[in-house]
Amino acid sequence: MPDASLAGGIFGPGLFAAALLIRASAPAGWNLAPSCGEIEIIYVDFIFPLLSGALSLPMMRKIFTSDKDVLSNRGQMVAGATAIEARNVVKTFGSGSEAFNALDNVSVTIRQNEFFTLLGPSGCGKTTLLRMIAGFELPTSGEIMLDGQPVAHLPPFKRQVNTVFQSYALFPHLTVAQNIAFGLEMLRRSKSEIDAQVDKMLKLVQMEPMRNRRVNQISGGQQQRVALARALAPHPKVLLLDEPLSALDLKLRKGMQIELKRLQMETGITFIFVTHDQEEALTMSDRIAVMSKGKILQIGTPTDIYERPSDRFVADFIGETNFTQAEVLERRGDEGRLRLCSGVEIVQQINSHAGIGDKVTLAIRPERIELAPQDETCQFAGTVQNVVYFGTDTTYHLDIQGGGQMTVRLQNRWGHQSVLQAGDDVGLRVAPEAMQVLKD
Amino acid sequence: MAATSSDAPVQETGLSRPELASRANERSAMRRRLMLLAPAVLIIVICGLAPLSIVLAYSWMQPAEYAGVIPQFSSDAWINLAFERDLFSDDLLPNFAYYSIYARSILMAGLTTLLALVVGFPTSYFIATRAPHRRNLWLFLITIPFWTNLLIRTFAIMLILRDEGVLNVILLKLGIIDTPLQLLFTNWAVSYGLAYAYLPLMVMPLYASMEKLDFRLVEAGYDLYASRFQVLRRVIIPLVKPGIVAGCILCFIPAIGDYVITSQLGGGKKMMLGTLIAMQFGPARNWPQGSAIALGLMIIVLIALFIYAKKVVARSNIR
Repeated sequence: MPDASLAGGIFGPGLFAAALLIRASAPAGWNLAPSCGEIEIIYVDFIFPLLSGALSLPMMRKIFTSDKDVLSNRGQMVAGATAIEARNVVKTFGSGSEAFNALDNVSVTIRQNEFFTLLGPSGCGKTTLLRMIAGFELPTSGEIMLDGQPVAHLPPFKRQVNTVFQSYALFPHLTVAQNIAFGLEMLRRSKSEIDAQVDKMLKLVQMEPMRNRRVNQISGGQQQRVALARALAPHPKVLLLDEPLSALDLKLRKGMQIELKRLQMETGITFIFVTHDQEEALTMSDRIAVMSKGKILQIGTPTDIYERPSDRFVADFIGETNFTQAEVLERRGDEGRLRLCSGVEIVQQINSHAGIGDKVTLAIRPERIELAPQDETCQFAGTVQNVVYFGTDTTYHLDIQGGGQMTVRLQNRWGHQSVLQAGDDVGLRVAPEAMQVLKD
Repeated sequence: MAATSSDAPVQETGLSRPELASRANERSAMRRRLMLLAPAVLIIVICGLAPLSIVLAYSWMQPAEYAGVIPQFSSDAWINLAFERDLFSDDLLPNFAYYSIYARSILMAGLTTLLALVVGFPTSYFIATRAPHRRNLWLFLITIPFWTNLLIRTFAIMLILRDEGVLNVILLKLGIIDTPLQLLFTNWAVSYGLAYAYLPLMVMPLYASMEKLDFRLVEAGYDLYASRFQVLRRVIIPLVKPGIVAGCILCFIPAIGDYVITSQLGGGKKMMLGTLIAMQFGPARNWPQGSAIALGLMIIVLIALFIYAKKVVARSNIR
């Protein structure tokens, strides 16, 4: 291959120079075969330059793509090591008075082999961060590190990172197998290696029978699998998934959630998954970063995020939460004595700087509350407003004495056998560890 | 429409009222379609098919001495497309003069198409990547030369290219050359003029298919390690191929038979198909020959179009 391109590279421009020389030195009425008019002149004028241009092409291509050799050495996976790091990344769209920060000083470290989820409502900056890691957006300031190397200013095709797009973005002019082979071909892998890898990928996503179909001849769920296989085939260091399940119906989505987790375990590739679906995030992720308005509010395991939300937004965005106010009576280090709205005093962990006399917000998950007859073991007392039966569980909406409302969810472990009705008075029992003091 | 159905004899046909009504509806819809088609059909017949049949008839007749035709059957004009009769022996010899004209016309039209493609492709890519409300403005700008008279545009090009033209004067004044370059009346001048004239015909279909291009596919290409050049070759070009082919056809067909630009910018020195046809009807006074050449050109173009159309249909069936 290099010989051919080199020969073309020398021969092509040489031919072009020769054509120019002949043309320049030819007398005005120059004609080789008078019977055929001036066809020869046309040859010298047009055909030679075109031919030489075509011959120079492999050389040009070589020059254009030489820097991609860097990509062919695959990094070794080290569990626990850093795969991707964003350092103080800022992205500003627009300018002047219309400027707004899509990402506002975001720093995050994502480990190798991790299933990491960026979770947040639309417009929170999660997709911008993902596109920046992929190379489609330049950070206004800050740096992205991939395997310890700064990559923020590298174009997408020089990063060992692949993306599964929300719309899949499969090439409609190629078959399923050709789509999967695309990245490998661009990396100039050998034919046998490409074939082997395509077969492996088709098997991995269970799409072997469809290999020669065009991508618009297969269903949405199958397209999803092909998009995954295409992105995994070059064995990237990091796989980016931009809400890939949002176009699937509920049942397919559930299946793909399990599938994705399986693929991540089998391939050992770091997955960065973007979603606005908190349930999806909780079921699949090793760690979750909750984002809002261009900032990362909390990073933690699904359990951390769900049970110990640091922030009112996080608590509210993930699952259902009851919020209740309390007053700080005393503080000793991390601990503090609080008075609840019901007048009951409790001792709690406090992470914020709240001082004596300050109001803090407590978050309590509906399923962590027990309903009991009103007595001194209860933290709150209230009146049942209505009872909603959900099948797996029953939800009680309560008016709380001292202000506010709360939702309590009880599992129907022994069937729906509630004796409570709207208007009944009831006590609420909450374990101290089920109450989380929020930062704000 | 409902009025016609009430006139129909309901009992005799044995059809129910709604069925009759729908039949009447169909009939009146058909009538309406025919009425709407009529003007177009009329124009095609009067301005297209009728003259074409006259040309076809002429091509099988003998030339009159002072232009026109003698209504007598002769296949000379058609045979002359490929062969010439030896003056003395009446043998058929290859008509090299015509061959070189065909070859030159095809080459020039091909070069024109290539030039228009090279200029038109980035242009339409540029337009297609603008904000939607800006695209029409850009397209309008591209078509502005199209609204100017062709002859005037051609003369303008001559003013630029001739020995004392703008280009030569500038180059002389700058001291880059000391004698004017022969720019006008060259193949380059002809293809430049043709490409300039037919550029909108290239840009329009190219733009139409590029506008439909999903640029997320371009991103996907970059993401999968394709360089800019590879994305162009492996993603963009295959996807806008129908537009490229349509643009090339639209550009090639008028270019191969062009008369005004080739005769003005080529100086009439190098005969092309357009000038050849004009010459047959003019100085050569051989109307059958001119007709035969014109029809031959048309047949080849039609065959090419037919093959293209079949290919496109076949491809759209696969998808």
